[in-house]
Amino acid sequence: MTQDTLLVMSGIDKAFAGVPALRGASLHVGYGEVHALIGQNGAGKSTLLKILTGAYRKDNGTITFHGRSVDFSSPKQSQQGGIATIYQEVNLVRLQTVSENVLLGHEPRRFGVIDWRATHAKARRILRGINVEIDVTQPLENYSLAVQQMVAIARALALNARLVVMDEPTSSLDDREVETLFRVIRQLRDQGVSVIFVSHRLDELYTVCSHITVMRDGQTVHQGELSHLGKLQLVSSMLGRNAQDVVQEGRTGFERARPGDDVILDAQLLERAPRVHGVNLQVRRREVVGLAGLLGSGRTETARTVFAAEPPRGGEVRFKNRVVRWKTPHDAIRDGVAFSGEDRKQDGIIPDWSVRENLTLALLPRLTRAGIVNRAAQQRVVEKFARRLNVRCASYDQPIRELSGGNQQKVLLARWLCMNPDLLILDEPTRGIDVGAKAEIQRLISELAGEGLGVLMISSELEELIEGCHRVTVLRDGRPVASLQEGDLSESRVLSAMAHDAHQPTLESDAHEGQHHAGHD
Amino acid sequence: MALSLPTSTRLAPATLLRGQGALVALVVLVAFAAFRYEGFFTLYNASTFFRYNAMFMLIAIGMTMVILTGGIDLSVGSVAAMTSVIAALASPHGAGVGLLAGVAAGAAIGLLNGLVITRLRVEPFIATLGTFLGARGIAQLASGQAAVSVDSSGGFARLGQGDWLGLPVPVVLVIVVFLAGLFLLRSTRTGRSIYCVGDNEDAARLMGFGVDQVKVLVYTISGLLAGVAGVVLAAQFGAGQPVEGVGWELTAIAGVVVGGTLLTGGRGSLFDTMVGVTLLGLIFNILNFENGKGVISIDVFWQNVIRGVFLLVVVILQSNSTRRKGE
Repeated sequence: MTQDTLLVMSGIDKAFAGVPALRGASLHVGYGEVHALIGQNGAGKSTLLKILTGAYRKDNGTITFHGRSVDFSSPKQSQQGGIATIYQEVNLVRLQTVSENVLLGHEPRRFGVIDWRATHAKARRILRGINVEIDVTQPLENYSLAVQQMVAIARALALNARLVVMDEPTSSLDDREVETLFRVIRQLRDQGVSVIFVSHRLDELYTVCSHITVMRDGQTVHQGELSHLGKLQLVSSMLGRNAQDVVQEGRTGFERARPGDDVILDAQLLERAPRVHGVNLQVRRREVVGLAGLLGSGRTETARTVFAAEPPRGGEVRFKNRVVRWKTPHDAIRDGVAFSGEDRKQDGIIPDWSVRENLTLALLPRLTRAGIVNRAAQQRVVEKFARRLNVRCASYDQPIRELSGGNQQKVLLARWLCMNPDLLILDEPTRGIDVGAKAEIQRLISELAGEGLGVLMISSELEELIEGCHRVTVLRDGRPVASLQEGDLSESRVLSAMAHDAHQPTLESDAHEGQHHAGHD
Repeated sequence: MALSLPTSTRLAPATLLRGQGALVALVVLVAFAAFRYEGFFTLYNASTFFRYNAMFMLIAIGMTMVILTGGIDLSVGSVAAMTSVIAALASPHGAGVGLLAGVAAGAAIGLLNGLVITRLRVEPFIATLGTFLGARGIAQLASGQAAVSVDSSGGFARLGQGDWLGLPVPVVLVIVVFLAGLFLLRSTRTGRSIYCVGDNEDAARLMGFGVDQVKVLVYTISGLLAGVAGVVLAAQFGAGQPVEGVGWELTAIAGVVVGGTLLTGGRGSLFDTMVGVTLLGLIFNILNFENGKGVISIDVFWQNVIRGVFLLVVVILQSNSTRRKGE
């Protein structure tokens, strides 16, 4: 490595309970460099950063930082070594003053007694150094998240950090605040401080970063100057897709039926700051509509807004030709919407309860008379749907945690289907499920749609969207940027829309994009 | 070019109320009582009032520090009873020995609380519930279940009944402890770390504070001050009291909360706690005066109803303001 490299991580391996999370990953960051680190969920970037900052220990590999071989065993150690981390949820003491947050543990003292006047003055000076003029005697919580991040950066400066790791710092900031953050990042760079910048907003990376590392499946798949990498190439390498790939038919279990004309859901100009802006969605009977987008594009938030988990602050939702104003998921469920969330463990299953109880959880109020569950009716429902969805379990009294991921997902689907909904919203229905069960669930989705359901499906897997959906709406930064119908629907088109504007949906225009960015920065 | 970044605009009324509500109520109540009752605004009443309430103030100072870290100490009432017995038993060897024995016993229980909480990872509520029972048991065992008279020949009783520089000795103790606590919390890194631990434990650890040491320290201080309160109790009433101190922990917690310290930790002050404890004590004092007037007769048990209402109002105000911040 050359002498102007601040950080060299190479050959990093890490496994959790035998499952590899990192396989020979590497990351090189030069002095005074703003370095983008990008990858999908589960690509390994946060594991890599946690190893760097000492939250995890590596299994293998070497780390050289500022000319020394290091292996931090705790975040505290890495901080003392000169690495500061700024999380999107700022990890500071919010009830204490700004000054303290900048200088805690390092306050100027006289005879062991904190010199408050000097402390405030020093904090003020450091903040002024990054052009932030605020009352340092106020509690931190009185300021916006953007300012809190500035304070975290000021603390990094106060502790003489050489490397600042920013993990999705912009995800809760508005445009003006992002501008301010970028100005501070450039200032850090000019002072010789390096920055690792994690973000899913591609435009931001091109605005502020000079170098990039792309990760996929626990490996580093691309590293180099960002100006040499076009947006489409970037997204392709992140998703592991050659943009010229021809979709092979039949890799999934989907079998699309003809959609009906009857519109079930018609959402116009949905608004829910900060992640949903002017989203239009239509779902017909027998239709599967896909929501595509990179992480942080507002896919899940859009689905949750429709479901009234986070009710819309603007726009109009028509459901079965009636304008509805759902305030809570309860309202949506009552009218015939079902929602199966992204995280089965957190939002869905109750691990220790039986298949029977998990399956009928949502239906329970209808199975109950005078507070007592009608067991016979419950049994009929469980048998019907468990058989219909081919749930494999020893008995319906088996705790659901003992089932495979695929079968848990089927029970969750059954839970909603037995409610007899008109619209089924699925967030990553096949994530973390083995291949066989995946095809089965995909086929089920098609069948259910064929029987008259409308389905709104979020997926990170392109082939799932291409083969399973009649229509795909692509979101970027919370805004719809493309709506692709069967016929128009191809991996390259979805990729292009994810990567840049809907006005340039074809591959050819990417060449111009690339040139446009060369010479930038 | 300097940057003008917006501060949150929603702090004014809530913060003012939270910060000063108890103080305003206290001033109003004192003015009302001074106007209405002859003998209220007298040195005698004040000295009796503070001599008695000094015990709660001592305990509440320790409780404030514990609550600032986000913890709770349920053992202080039992510890005060236990140390009153131990101090009374030791009082024949001299006032100093009695004082030291009580304080050391209290600190020992506090240290035990701290170690159980940090080393064995037991919730503060449970850990101090254990010593709450245990200390009461020790008090009853050591006393043979009867009040233990203090030695009247030495100066021990002066610790509760005497005056120094014109002030009741318990009040002098409170002033000393209060000033020392104020200095600790405001001007030392240890003191600041007490706030940080309750504010965001994870962040405090990242900032390099020894979170466990801080916790051990506050529980030890709390036990120690409960010990001082126990000594004052024995000296004031002339005997170690194995069955006294019941519910004191709750009175102290109520005082801390009414003063405005966040139960979840990170924000609060000793001054506010003093105001809170005084306010709660005053309700009792005023009821006594009211009954003394003989115009209407109010059962003294109303004091707890009024205290309860006070507590609820304050907590509701608090949670409203934090909820708004959390949004």
